[in-house]
Amino acid sequence: MRKGATPLLWTLFSAGGTVAAFLFPIHLLLTGLAFPLGWMEPPSYEVAHRLLSHPLTRMYFLALISLPLFHWAHRFRYTLYDGLMLKHLTIPIVILTYGSALVGAALAAYLLWFLP
Amino acid sequence: MNAPAGYTPYHPRWYRRRVSVWWWLESWPYTRFVLRELTSLAVAYFSVLALWKVSAIAEGPRAYADFLARLQSPFFLVLNILAFLGILFHSITWFNLAPKALVVRVGGKRLPDWVIQAGNYAAWLAFSAGAVWFLGRG
Repeated sequence: MRKGATPLLWTLFSAGGTVAAFLFPIHLLLTGLAFPLGWMEPPSYEVAHRLLSHPLTRMYFLALISLPLFHWAHRFRYTLYDGLMLKHLTIPIVILTYGSALVGAALAAYLLWFLP
Repeated sequence: MNAPAGYTPYHPRWYRRRVSVWWWLESWPYTRFVLRELTSLAVAYFSVLALWKVSAIAEGPRAYADFLARLQSPFFLVLNILAFLGILFHSITWFNLAPKALVVRVGGKRLPDWVIQAGNYAAWLAFSAGAVWFLGRG
């Protein structure tokens, strides 16, 4: 890994960690538990679609999905290095982690940009 | 040290203790450190779940209804409880470390750590309550 990329990767890690720390608990609690278990009524399709159509909501969801993916990529890379002691596999690990994050971010950008 | 010039990744004259892959189970602080690192899996899981939701909304009412129904399966409920605990651990450890990353000085004096932590927790609760209110009003 070139030294030059480290500050950028760390900034993405940090931004993604902050987004995940502040926003993920309530989103997961609502989408993953409160709606499926009937504690709260999920928004109807019309409401969900109308909300997501707003440009601000699209930018919000792009940040919500992509930044934490880079947080995962960076942290998981070092988990594999330290936890499983795989430092010698640097190149495949870097491609797998940041590559997956890039694919996810690109997919989110595509879907949100071309939302019908 | 009269080692020959040049870098060797492995030096046969040095003693190196073999470290087990499970080194982090030896003590609780190590285990806590690795658990904190593993919260990134829960974070990635929710990013993918949010991506799935966006894609269902983009696809249409049937895909959205299908998405909501799938999340009612026991598999996803159990997964979501585990992911929620992981993300909660991430949030708490993140806020507790915030004073290390964010040094705020007021009138030349450094704000105490607990003020920054309390500010983070307050903002977190305010945002979460706002989100529930926003989606709950229909």
